[in-house]
This record gives sequence, C-alpha cells and structure tokens, in this order.
Amino acid sequence: MQTKEIIKLKDITVSFDGEPVLSGLDLNISDGEFVTLLGPSGCGKTTTLRIIGGFVTPDSGSVFFDGQDIADLPPYKRQVNTIFQRYALFPHLNVEDNVAFGMRVQKKKPAEIKETVDRMLKLVNLAGFNKRKVETLSGGQQQRVAIARALANNPRVLLLDEPLAALDLKLRKDMQVELKNIQKSLGITFIYVTHDQEEALSMSDTVVVMDAGRIQQIGTPQDIYNEPENAFVADFIGESNILDGIMHEDYLVEFFGRKFKCLDAGFGPKEPVDVVIRPEDIDIVPADKGHLTGKVTAVTFKGVHFETIVDFKGFKWMIQTTDYYPVDSVIGIVLNPEDIHIMKKSEYSGMFGDYSSYSEEFDEMANPEIDLTEEAEVQE
Amino acid sequence: MIKSKAAAAPFTAWMLLFTIIPLGIVLWFAFTNADGQFTLGNLPHIWAQAATFGISIFYGAIATVICLLLAFPLAYNISRATERVQQTMVMIIMLPMWMNFLLRTYAWMSILENNGFVNQLLRLIGLVGENDYLPLINTGGAVVLGMVYNFLPFMVLPLYTVMSKIDNSVIEAAQDLGSNVFQVFGKVVIPLSIPGMLSGITMVFVPAVSTFVITKLLGGSKTLMIGDAIEQMFIGQGADYHVGATLSLVLMILILVCMAVTGMADKGEEADV
Amino acid sequence: MKTLSRIYNALIFLFLYAPIFVLIVFSFNDSKSRVVWSGFSLRWYEELFQDEEILSALGVTLSIAVIATIVSTIIGTMAAIGFRSVNARLRRVLMALNNFPMVNPEIVTGISLMLLFVFIHRTTGLLQPGYMALLLSHITFCIPYVVLQVLPRLRQTNPHMYEAAMDLGCRPLSAFFKVMLPDIFPGVLTGALMAFTMSLDDFVISLFTSGASAQNLSVTIYAMVKRRVTPEINALSTLMFGAVLILLVAINVLQMKSTPKQAKK
Repeated sequence: MQTKEIIKLKDITVSFDGEPVLSGLDLNISDGEFVTLLGPSGCGKTTTLRIIGGFVTPDSGSVFFDGQDIADLPPYKRQVNTIFQRYALFPHLNVEDNVAFGMRVQKKKPAEIKETVDRMLKLVNLAGFNKRKVETLSGGQQQRVAIARALANNPRVLLLDEPLAALDLKLRKDMQVELKNIQKSLGITFIYVTHDQEEALSMSDTVVVMDAGRIQQIGTPQDIYNEPENAFVADFIGESNILDGIMHEDYLVEFFGRKFKCLDAGFGPKEPVDVVIRPEDIDIVPADKGHLTGKVTAVTFKGVHFETIVDFKGFKWMIQTTDYYPVDSVIGIVLNPEDIHIMKKSEYSGMFGDYSSYSEEFDEMANPEIDLTEEAEVQE
Repeated sequence: MIKSKAAAAPFTAWMLLFTIIPLGIVLWFAFTNADGQFTLGNLPHIWAQAATFGISIFYGAIATVICLLLAFPLAYNISRATERVQQTMVMIIMLPMWMNFLLRTYAWMSILENNGFVNQLLRLIGLVGENDYLPLINTGGAVVLGMVYNFLPFMVLPLYTVMSKIDNSVIEAAQDLGSNVFQVFGKVVIPLSIPGMLSGITMVFVPAVSTFVITKLLGGSKTLMIGDAIEQMFIGQGADYHVGATLSLVLMILILVCMAVTGMADKGEEADV
Repeated sequence: MKTLSRIYNALIFLFLYAPIFVLIVFSFNDSKSRVVWSGFSLRWYEELFQDEEILSALGVTLSIAVIATIVSTIIGTMAAIGFRSVNARLRRVLMALNNFPMVNPEIVTGISLMLLFVFIHRTTGLLQPGYMALLLSHITFCIPYVVLQVLPRLRQTNPHMYEAAMDLGCRPLSAFFKVMLPDIFPGVLTGALMAFTMSLDDFVISLFTSGASAQNLSVTIYAMVKRRVTPEINALSTLMFGAVLILLVAINVLQMKSTPKQAKK
C-alpha cells in the first residue's frame, strides 16, 4: 500500500534566546500513521510539534503540508489540530461549547454542530456530558474533551503534546489503548510527543528518537528496540548493557578478551564498536560453563524478575532473570549471537551502559561543585 | 500565551507623558526663576526649610516605629488564625484604609478637641476642671496619633503577608529544638519577617513624612511639616512654584534614599511578574 | 496567651474604628455639635441633599470615577498583556514605571501633575486646572492598580488556552475576546473596582489639579472643614463610608471566587 507523505520538515533550525533547539532537522511523516517523537526533556520534540502546529516559526528551513509550503500559514488556517499539555480547555464554557468551539468559529450550521458534538463525545466515551462544567471533570475526562474538541474540526493531522503525562499509571495505560483505537478508526495521522519509551513502543507505527535537537533514529518500535543505532537510543529504550568491543570481521566481535559470534556485518576490520546486550537476553549458567564469569554485587526483586547486578572485571552488568542468585555468588553467562547487537561508535559512546547507578543525578548529588537546582528548560 | 508587545504601548505613552515628563517639569521649575532663566537661586530655600525637613523626618520616624510595634503582634496573631478568620480580619483591617483619608483624620478632631470626647470624659471623671481642658489637639502628639491611625494598616498588611508564609512547622521545629517563646520570636519569626517589615516601613514612612492634611487638621499652625511648606508654595497667596518644585525634589530624593537603604528601590508593590 | 492575643486584637480594632463610629453616630445628631449629643435627627442628611456645592462636587467625582475607571482598565489590561510579552529586562523597566506613582509621596505626584498642566497652559493656552486635568490625573494613578490586579490573573492562565483557540480557527483578536478575556475577567473587574474606589476617595492629587470649575468631593470637604464645621460633613462621611464598604465587600467576594479550584485528577 502506498502511503502518501503528508508532512515534510526540511532542514529546520530553531534557537531560543541564543540556545540552539533544533539544528537542521529533516523529517517525513506519512498519512494515516501513528508517529511518536520520543526523547528526554529538552530534546526538541515539543518544539518540532509546535512548528507543525504553527506556534513556532523556524529560523530557517521549510514545512510542507501535503506538498504545500505552509511556513507562512498561521495556526488558525492549518488543517492541523493540537491536544495541548494540561488540555487547555476553556473554563468559562461547558463541555459541548468547548467541543463546538472550532465549528462555531467556522460558522457551521447549528444542526451540523450538534450532530458532530454528539458524535465526538460518543467517540471519546463521554456521551451525555454535554452540559457539564469543565471544572467538574477529572483529568482523564478533561483529556477526552480535549480530544473531542480537536477532532470535531476534522483535521488531517492531530498533534498530541504529552497528553497522558498528568494521569495515573493505570488510567494512562487504558488511555493509550483508547487513543490508538481512535486513530485507527479515523485513519488520520497522529503525531505524538512523549518522553515515556514504553508509551512510544506500545502505541506507535513509527518512533522518532530525538536528543539535543537531532533525530537519533527513526523506525518501527521493534527496530528501535532490537537494533538501536547508537548508545543513546540503546540506553533510552529499555535497559541495556553497553560495552566497548572490536569488530574483527563480519559476524565476529571481541569484547572482554573473548570473541563472540554475532549477526551484524558491514563494519571495517578491527573497527571499535559499541556492543549492546539486553539484560533479559542473558542466560545465567554455572561459572565453569559460561562465556564469561562474574560476581553478583546486588539483587533486587522486581516482581516480574530479579534485577541482578553482576561485576565483570570492574564493569557492572544488569541481568534480568527469574532465578535468584545471592550477592557474592560467582556466576557465568552465556551470550547467543542473536542477543549481541553491534552499533557504530558515536558521541554517546562511553556515556551509558554501566550499572553502578541508574541515574546521573545520583552520581552528581554528592558533588559540591555541581548546582542541581537549575531545572531542565521546558521547550516552548 | 498571548504575545503582543504593542499592547503595552498606550500604557508606556501615558505613563511617560503623565509621570516622567511632569518630573522633568518639576526639575525645570526647580532650576529656573520667574522669568524662565536658569538659576540656582531656589536652592537656599532648602537650608531655610531644613528645620521643617527635620521635624517631618522626626515625626515620621516616631510614627513608623509606633506603627511597627503595634502592628507586629497583631500581624502575628492574624497569621496564626484559621484561613477564614484570617480573611475576615484582613478585610476588617483594610476597610478603614479605603475610606477617605481626610474624613478619618477629621474624625479625630471631634475626639481630641478642647471640647471633644476625651476632654469631656476627663471632666466627667474630674481630672480636669469644668471649663478647663487638656490641650490635645494642635500638638505634635496629635499629629503622631493621626499618622499612626491612618497608616497602621499599611504596616499590618505586609507584615501579615510575610508572616502567613511562615509555616507552623518552622515554629514547631524551633520549639522542638528547645527554644522558648522569646527565642522563637527573636531567632525565627523576626528574621523571617524582615521583608515585611521593610515593606511596611516604606509604606508608612513615605506618606507620614509628606503629609500636610494631618498637620493642618490636628496640628494647627504650631506644627508645620514639609508637606505644609510645599502645599503653601502651590496654593494660595505666597505661592512660588519654583521654590515648591525645589522642595518637592528634595523630598523625593529623601524618600528615594530611604527606600534604597531599606532595599525597596525596585520593588514598590508586589512586583513579581 | 490566647486571650491576651484576643484582647490585643480587639483593642486595635477598637482604635481603628472608634473615630469612624463617632463620626457616624454624630451624623444623626440633632444639634450643630459634633461632640455633644442632643437627640436623633436626619436634618444633616436633608441639608446634605440640598447643598448645591456638594451635589455638584458629587457629580464631578462620580463622573470622573466612572470615566477614569473605564479608561484605566482598558489601558491597564492591555499593559498587563504587553508586560507578559516582552523580555525580562524590559519587563522590569515597565514594572518600575508602573510602580513609580505608587511609591512617590502623593503630594509630589500632585504638584508634578499640577506643574505639567501649568506648563501646558502657559505654552498652549489649553488645560486649566479643572475637569480635564482632574480626569487625566485620576486615570494616571488608577492604571497601576489595574495592572497589579490583572497581572497575577494572567500568570495563572493556562498558557496554551490562547493557542488552543487559534488552533481551532480563531484569529488572534477574536481569540483574545472569546477565551482570554473571560479567563482574566475577575482580575480585570477587581482592578476596575479598585480604580473606582481610589478615584472616589482621592484627595491630595485632586487638590492640586482641581479648579474653580470642577472640584472633587474630597476637595470640597476640605474647604468646608476649613470654613464651617457642621455635622453635614459627618453625614457625608457616613454615606461615603457606606459606599466604600459595599465596594470593598464586592472586591473581596470577587477575589475569593476567582481563586481557582484545584483540578481533580
């Protein structure tokens, strides 16, 4: 099936207050897709979304909608609608007036407005809520009204800016399913922004991983997870053990003083690479039977599995296993070729992968030279 | 967010025209004479009025200190009450503040006059003879009383605002660590209230120093403050705009110095945007 | 300790309200005395409503208060929006400009405005101290009150609401009136009420900008106090206090209503 390209961003560059936010960003989005922009705070994902919505004008570059350059088109003329963070419902209007707002601006007929409002409320499972006041709604309900309000205008593309961030975990999971269903039934393009990688993996057709204003990788959720292209993506999505290795030849990589068969090729002879091994892919065996041996330094029971931290020659790995191996026990691991994934070295190499701690802040907390009160800037 | 820089344009134009330019004109008047020529001849009037300036600052300072002493316990009491009681009490304090300043001062005349309430009461008790009176009105004391009465709420409110932000748990923590009542006040409440105190001091001292209504109504012709002197230079016979402008300039500089000292120079009212 | 606090509070409140109480009581006095009670009477209120001078001053005061409120509310609300749209440095300058009249002693503001009008009159022949001068002065000192009431309200607004309206097809001006204005309205209204109250009650600035043709109520009272002193002033005071009381209660009720409720999760 041929998918048409509906949005194209070409060489987009944006700075705020002298700080570069996006540098030369290129992105194509196909019609009818559920695309997620995924990345940490400050990576530029929200800015990208706002450029598509028309609320931010790039310093340079072009924005195409259905082949047309829309750089000069203000938001109120674009066939795009946005779900804002914290919904931005109009508090002085009730539910149906909020949903009908866009149609009233376009001066549609009252009968048509009523029909659409009822249909939209039914679509988001809020039938009967027409006369309710906004402040009497819960967060999840307000979110649905925001969706109904946006969809009532029949946009070609829906932009969603971290819409589920304020909801409880379980409700969030239900809403993820609901949003996905709405997208599938309407067949329009959804562009979704989040920092939650689980959310991105579960909802999207395509994931765009971003960091520091640059796209790191674009692919399906499976591709991103199984074949990360650099250490950033590998670390951001799921847990990863990332090691230094050397590619001797195609399908053969050496690390920790041992050669392993793997499934990747296309690297130069003896090229230094990053090796990614997912914690759940590692099999623990008795010490004498393993490819490598190490000592357990910490075990945490997570319910689903044990998170076991193992020290291999000073480098701490994380292994997820359903068996319990006590601290100080010596174990061996076996690595199958399909579990070893090779990536080219990048500027992210060496930044991630060791499990001495989970977070950067923990490492920095005790350092008197670092000022941790500077919060990450919210992208505007 | 709505972004419109132009929206501030009418405001800026208006304020420049009616706030900044008038000040420039005051400056102009201060350094010119009746023929419009540049002169420094108005300056000697400043030294001539030095005593008046001194009296104004003196009375203003006394009134400010009294206000501070009276306001502090009241503000603290209010800040420890329940939310609803706090709101009611704040409204009760604020109410006289909004009422006409002139009339409130006038009200004290009935009370302090030679035949006023206080004297009537004293006669009743017998402390004062039938046809005698205790001179209350037209004294410096009456002026200070008038100042305290009019400006007390201006001291209470900023103090209260700051104190209400002092969490009860901070006070409890101090007690937990062994402080008695006085130490809690001295080491915790007072230091934390200093911003409110500075705000209140400014809001009392400035109008107190520059008043002329209070002195006219309650001080008679005996107590003349800088406000009276300035007013006389602009209204009635003997008006000399040039001298008046000079005196006003000095008053303004005086106030600015005081405010710089208390660190209020860029603040004014609640200025956080 | 608690009773001590209560007694202290009561004493202060007594101190604050005693003179006002005396004023009000004696407005109903049957004799000319402001201190000796002769019996209940409404004669001073009758005299009040027949006093030409006072009635005309009342007219001036009310009309100026209304017009000054309207103009200052518009300028002030626009200014608040402008403040939020500029960078931090310019904002500080504008805030300083806004707070300047509030920090200056009233007498200095008064004479500076007076000299402004004198200057304009001398050079162009326009603008005697009088109605226009009074009005312009009132607008000037009312604007900061409006700004200071609207700004916090603007800060509380969801920053995306205006964008949401545009996203749904509204042009900028329409988005402002349909969505922003209803949201900041309590702040605008409170600002307007405060401006109105300050204008009604103003004395010092009005003294220097009034003229023979137009006088503020307070200025008229001042002249009366200096000439003859009858309880007519008490009656006037009582009515003015009553009016301000109502306005203040309205402001307070509005402010309590506009405190946004916590959104339920």
